[in-house]
Amino acid sequence: MAGALQRYLVEGYLPSIGIECHVQLKTKTKLFTAVANESGLSPAPNIHVGPLCLGLPGTLPVVNEEAVRLGIWAGLALGAEIAAETKFDRKHYFYPDLPLGYQISQHYQPLVGAGRLEIPISETESFTVRVQRAHLEADAGKLTHRAGEDFSLVDLNRVGSPLLEIVSEPDMHSPAEAKRYAKELYLRMIHAEVCDGDLFAGNLRFDVNVSVSNEPGKLGVRTETKNLNSFRFVEQAVEHEIRRQIGVLKGGERVVQETRGWDETSKRTFSQRSKEDAQDYRYMPDPDIPPLVITKEQIDKEKAALPATVPAIRARLQAWRIPFKTGETVLDYPEASALLCGLPEGLDPGVAKFVANWLVGDILALIKQGEVGWPDVLEARPALLALAKMRHADQVSSQAVKDWLPKLVLEQADPAELLAAAGEGRIADEATLKAMAEEVFKAHPKAVADARADRKAAGFLIGQIMKASAGQADPKLAAALVDKLLGE
Amino acid sequence: MTGLEQIAAQTKAGQLKPSQVVREALDKAAACEPLNIFTEVLTDSALGQARDLEDRLARGEPVGKLAGVPFCVKDNFLYRGTTTTAAAPFLLDFTAPYTATCLKKILAEDAILLGKTNLDAFAHGTSTENSYFGPTKNPRDPSLTPGGSSGGSAAAVAADICPFALGTDTGGSVRLPASFCGVFGFKPTYGLLSRYGIVAMASSTDCVSPVTRSPADAAYLTRILAGADPLDGTTFDAGPDPVLGRTPKVGVVKEFNTGLQPEVGRAFEAVLDRIKSAGWQVSEVSLPDIGLALACYYVLVSAEVSSNLSRYDGLRYGARGGEGDWEAVVGSSRAGGFMAENKRRIMLGTYVLSQGYYEAYYQQAQKLRTLLIRQFETAFRDVDALLSPVSPTTAFKLGEKTADPLQMYMADLMTVAASLAGIPAASLPLPVSGLPVGLQIMTPQKTDGMNLRLAEEVGKLP
Repeated sequence: MAGALQRYLVEGYLPSIGIECHVQLKTKTKLFTAVANESGLSPAPNIHVGPLCLGLPGTLPVVNEEAVRLGIWAGLALGAEIAAETKFDRKHYFYPDLPLGYQISQHYQPLVGAGRLEIPISETESFTVRVQRAHLEADAGKLTHRAGEDFSLVDLNRVGSPLLEIVSEPDMHSPAEAKRYAKELYLRMIHAEVCDGDLFAGNLRFDVNVSVSNEPGKLGVRTETKNLNSFRFVEQAVEHEIRRQIGVLKGGERVVQETRGWDETSKRTFSQRSKEDAQDYRYMPDPDIPPLVITKEQIDKEKAALPATVPAIRARLQAWRIPFKTGETVLDYPEASALLCGLPEGLDPGVAKFVANWLVGDILALIKQGEVGWPDVLEARPALLALAKMRHADQVSSQAVKDWLPKLVLEQADPAELLAAAGEGRIADEATLKAMAEEVFKAHPKAVADARADRKAAGFLIGQIMKASAGQADPKLAAALVDKLLGE
Repeated sequence: MTGLEQIAAQTKAGQLKPSQVVREALDKAAACEPLNIFTEVLTDSALGQARDLEDRLARGEPVGKLAGVPFCVKDNFLYRGTTTTAAAPFLLDFTAPYTATCLKKILAEDAILLGKTNLDAFAHGTSTENSYFGPTKNPRDPSLTPGGSSGGSAAAVAADICPFALGTDTGGSVRLPASFCGVFGFKPTYGLLSRYGIVAMASSTDCVSPVTRSPADAAYLTRILAGADPLDGTTFDAGPDPVLGRTPKVGVVKEFNTGLQPEVGRAFEAVLDRIKSAGWQVSEVSLPDIGLALACYYVLVSAEVSSNLSRYDGLRYGARGGEGDWEAVVGSSRAGGFMAENKRRIMLGTYVLSQGYYEAYYQQAQKLRTLLIRQFETAFRDVDALLSPVSPTTAFKLGEKTADPLQMYMADLMTVAASLAGIPAASLPLPVSGLPVGLQIMTPQKTDGMNLRLAEEVGKLP
């Protein structure tokens, strides 16, 4: 076993995981017809349905250019090659949710070719997953099977919605890596603005291919667990499959190549269909759709229009020496990323770090409480920048920032005015402050002793002075006084 | 002025009364009933259209380029509010919820639709015998087939019910019936005319194709019908017609100048003589692999047919075969909805696309198709047009080939190559004393106007 892979071994077996991810592209209309692409939010079944969706005779698919453009954006966001020529194929099977009797997909010449994701997991570590390809395809309808009924309901609202299927190589070797890769795809897609990113609504769905092997350099027989719609489920399903397959092998049996489902209640995968009854899809080039030629100029144009990519944002945050975890939290919120990336590039890292910390701290808390929305925050960008500069210059205390941030984003308050107003009531008189400081010293003898032993502990005493002055004490003067008194 | 233009002009001038023209056409249609040309005669709607046109003329309103011209369409064109059966049991009660682009364009020019014409079910056939409604008979001799699959459309023009009809040509389905019935048929460049609203047979070769009395009428119609359709991604806007400006050079396809029925051979030689007398250059041109075109065609077309017919599962529209679970419904609907020839092609197509056979059949056929396209391109470097008979025989007897599908497929021998190459191909009736013989004129892609002018000139040669 190669040394680098040693750490992944589970009871002597190396798990290998590949993931297929279906991304629902947020186009206005369906992939091949001018019918609203509203699969997620429909108030009623079968209302976003046109002649092609029903598979009526005489209907023809015509490629939605917006879907191709979003596909190109997604490909660029994955750092993958965009095909110079791409084609559509028919994948045949009969099913009640598939009115044409075939799914239009891209089997032979996908829109997006090989790519490579570098996925950081700490300040210094990362792992790499190769993307094999990504192709456009039309979604199927939705079937509802009601308990106790001898019929099923067919809803064709989703038929023909554009999907981008991203296929990875089996480059992941642990449940954590699988989860992290799934998350990375999510980040890449939402930052490229190609997908709404609502996992619960199935905007991204993951199929995980898992195998284990104790023969170096050789993959074991794989199973495919389909339709996972959360990162946690990806991790849990992979974890369960690894354990299950090792159990099977250790019991002297063989893993069966099959499609499996995921039961989120029991946290187990279960067998759905074995390869023996695998279908022959009879792939055939779709003669209704001429090949699409994508020029270099077009790709360059899309590159220029593409929103900031995840690696570009990471590089920017890293240049500002923003801690890894803070940076990853920023990435979870495209608006926070946009706000930060909109700050001047040459900004003092100290100033940027304040803004980043506030965004993932107090401001995120306000948003989660429903107090403000991201648009308010984005509007307050100049104010946040101004406040960060004041804070960095020690003109305001951390306490003042805490008080002022809500005013900045809720009321669009001007930090300069807040500072001026604060200045009016500000206690900068040394005698007054000294009296306060002496009171504080008297009240906290242990803290004074601690601070004398280690000056770093002086912060507590300064904080007490600020508290006693209701935040009005001049922080610089208060600090100087504490320092002086400690030295006595 | 073409024949169609003249009818429109006379209608506008008040010399022809649309309702009377329509009534006469309907009378002829009724008199021709034994020929079984129609799947449905749209008497009320045709008379309604005529009255509406007359009202507009009376009010002095502008009318279209086909004002008052009666016509028919093959029953695989969707026409909103009417049944479109494709002559198959599956669609007997299918009411079209929209209208085919080409039909829309014709109706917008105020032509009057008399009815839907018979065809082989789903256009699978070369004799119009494979129709749920029974065979159409050849107006020249009712003991003969009219050819197919657009037999109804060709028969309607040959029986003089209307001056033009629309059909579809996938491998010869307009050219062969035109040849057998003695009328003009024209398969344009693939993609020149929209396929939207046509019950698909084989998507990569399906072409809406007019049947007319003359090449000039076909040219007039083609100009009305041509152009990119946002609902059909394979369509394009035609550029300006290339004009020869010199004596044409034509090639005789060497491989198709053998094994001809004597009457066909004589008619073909006679027209070549007239062409030579007119001073045109005539040479023999070889397309070495054209003999394989038929095999290539039946592999590719069956594959596309099997795919295109997948949608007919009986769940959303069409004849539901029976009750039971989903598989039972789909199975019985398909078992009862298709004719034997449909099923044969579904099976052939499913086979050639299956794992392990795809490379041996479908992919090989695709390579052969590319090779044929190259051979046509090479041939067209030396000649402006390629000539051959449309069919090695004149119209055959009803029932003569129904028991032998391979013999039936052979009727497409000379027409499928142009379909595979996507090039325009005309079927021009030759002057003969006996049964009609058609001359096939093939020209390079997107030279439809030139093709039709050549056909017109050949037709006028003394």
